[in-house]
Amino acid sequence: MTKKSKPQVSDLSATPVLPVSGRQPKSLAQTADQDPTRRRLLLGAAAAAGAAAVAAAPKQAQAIAPPGAVEYPVPVDPTQVPGRPPGLNGGYGTRSQFETEVREWSGSGTSSRTPLASSEGTITPSALHFERHHNGIPEIDPEEHSLLVHGMVKRPLTFTMADLKRLPSTSRVAFIECGGNSAGEYHAARGKEIHNMHGLVSSSEWTGVALSTVLREAGLESGAAWLLAEGRDAAMLSRSIPLEKALDDAVLAYAQNGEALRPEQGYPLRLLLPGWEGITNVKWLHRLDVSDAPFQTREETSHYTDLNIVTGEAKQFTFVMAAKSLILFPHPEAKLEGPGFFEITGLAWSGRGKIKRVEVTTDGGKNWHLAELQEPVLSKSQTRFRFPWVWDGEPTMLQSRATDETGYVQPSIRQLKEVRGDAERGNVNYHNNAIQTWRVNRGGTIENVHFSGNS
Amino acid sequence: MHKTLIAITLASIVIAVGAVLVAVGVVPMGATNEGGAGNGNAQIVAHEGAGLGRVATEAEVALLNISIRPDGVGLPPGQGTVQEGALIFGPRCANCHGPRGRGGQGGRLSGGVGTLGGEEPIKTVNSYWPYATTLFDYIRRAMPLYEPQSLTDSEVYALVAYILMQDRIIEPTDVMNATTLPQVIMPNRNGFVEWWPRPPE
Ligand code: HEC
Repeated sequence: MTKKSKPQVSDLSATPVLPVSGRQPKSLAQTADQDPTRRRLLLGAAAAAGAAAVAAAPKQAQAIAPPGAVEYPVPVDPTQVPGRPPGLNGGYGTRSQFETEVREWSGSGTSSRTPLASSEGTITPSALHFERHHNGIPEIDPEEHSLLVHGMVKRPLTFTMADLKRLPSTSRVAFIECGGNSAGEYHAARGKEIHNMHGLVSSSEWTGVALSTVLREAGLESGAAWLLAEGRDAAMLSRSIPLEKALDDAVLAYAQNGEALRPEQGYPLRLLLPGWEGITNVKWLHRLDVSDAPFQTREETSHYTDLNIVTGEAKQFTFVMAAKSLILFPHPEAKLEGPGFFEITGLAWSGRGKIKRVEVTTDGGKNWHLAELQEPVLSKSQTRFRFPWVWDGEPTMLQSRATDETGYVQPSIRQLKEVRGDAERGNVNYHNNAIQTWRVNRGGTIENVHFSGNS
Repeated sequence: MHKTLIAITLASIVIAVGAVLVAVGVVPMGATNEGGAGNGNAQIVAHEGAGLGRVATEAEVALLNISIRPDGVGLPPGQGTVQEGALIFGPRCANCHGPRGRGGQGGRLSGGVGTLGGEEPIKTVNSYWPYATTLFDYIRRAMPLYEPQSLTDSEVYALVAYILMQDRIIEPTDVMNATTLPQVIMPNRNGFVEWWPRPPE
């Protein structure tokens, strides 16, 4: 039994499969050999080893070391040989060659998922932050990038990245969760691995300028109530954002976990709307158009609206990601060795504020116990919970249930379906924050099931 | 019902905006936490702010501004017919969206009208989308998938006409342009309930 999921080094050399045959999108056409760092490595090796040996050497190292790691010799006794000096990898750190966790990407090539089962603490490493793109990751030179603020403002303004960085900055931790996270689990319990079920959520510390600061520079006209946020990717992704949120806690973020944003996360600039569905956190942000009404873009009408098949009506502008919790250990890829002590642990979060409590049941909902929350509990951020458990070896059901500071309680899947109806298709499965059930079988295997007890 | 909702939205936003602006106005722009001064009101910078950012000219805004509103504001000149649309759709869209937009790897664009309130909802542009202006906006900014922004505005109008015609939302002889497009009433126009700023009663 292990807390880690099995190392899953998928075939990382494969190009993500695109939805259709035809020409590759510009932004996805990059190959490893176009990567400047890699090219430099190759050239360096060429100078040192001579042209003949070039091709083989670096490739071999890459094949052995997991992504993000470099292979080094492993001495039998590390206390008897000097270790390696700092700076070997050009000064940018790598992880241990023994760590293999990766994001797993979808067959369609439009998303990748955070390996939640092996997550520790509350912050997702930037390299493992989930991705969802609507037409690839654009490659943007920050010197060429700017933000235009126009529409119902007194002064339409263009900000270079340097301008934005001179403005007063702010940092905060926030989770980002795709509105479609856990959607595949709504109709039936299907998933076998946590990341495939729920891996479209991650947490980072973000740094940037308060959007209110930038809007104040431009000056809002009276009657202004919404703004269009637009990305500079090949989807020119756009969403209408209420000014109420823009002026509350929205951030124009240029940094993530202490360094510049990752390209997948919107480099050089993204909108951060703490607690709101992922897609509203527009990446590669280059334009804000202030207006008095929403623009009704495709991503707020066709998609990211919640169709209720009981009424045939769809909810629109369901921005907030409601309270949710998830037991990350045990989980279906882990097997309990036998009766005895286990620490149940997981994450809880709410787009409405702080997590107030997480309750855990180890007997299918007959008794609920308070889990311990890891301090500090931050608003609109992931909170780690833990609960000590002694398994008696009998089959049972494990669940966790979050309550946030507004008093909102995470619902059971049955409660959600009573309100929304159930269907395999359509938009009924966005915003699935239902309680997740893990069934523990006699042999210690764990299964993903739907179980709503008496709730 | 929609009117009431909009009224509520605007009223609450005006209040919220007011409150935040007051708060923002007194935030010291250059305030630091550097120790010891015991001086609560360090530097208070007036509303003019930091003076960063360069004023964008009308031409600069026009170059980047591709916003289109449901009332048609932002729609460019140009026009297109169903027949013209059919000629473009075949070679440039049907590959991914199927003949007549009836479905493919890129999703279904037509059909399914009237299926939303049932076990097998078929969500398409024509069955689900509340505004026809969105179709122009989306095709112009994002399609075809591998060659976004390679269509002229008139070609986009023609494709919009072709897709809408598949479910007779417009007539085969209708021409789509900045005047006619915002007047198109989509079948599911009243199928959406705004949950911002709060769920309806
Ligand atoms: C290479 C495949 C491909 C081609 C060619 C293509 N599309 Fe698409 N289309 C897609 C994909 C994939 C999506 C979904 C994109 C997403 O969800 O971000 C899409 C989405 C759409 C949508 C939104 C559908 C919805 O329900 O939200 C419309 C409208 C559309 N395409 C129109 C067109 C038109 C018009 C053309 C021809 C000019 C075209 N597409 C060509 C792949 C394609």
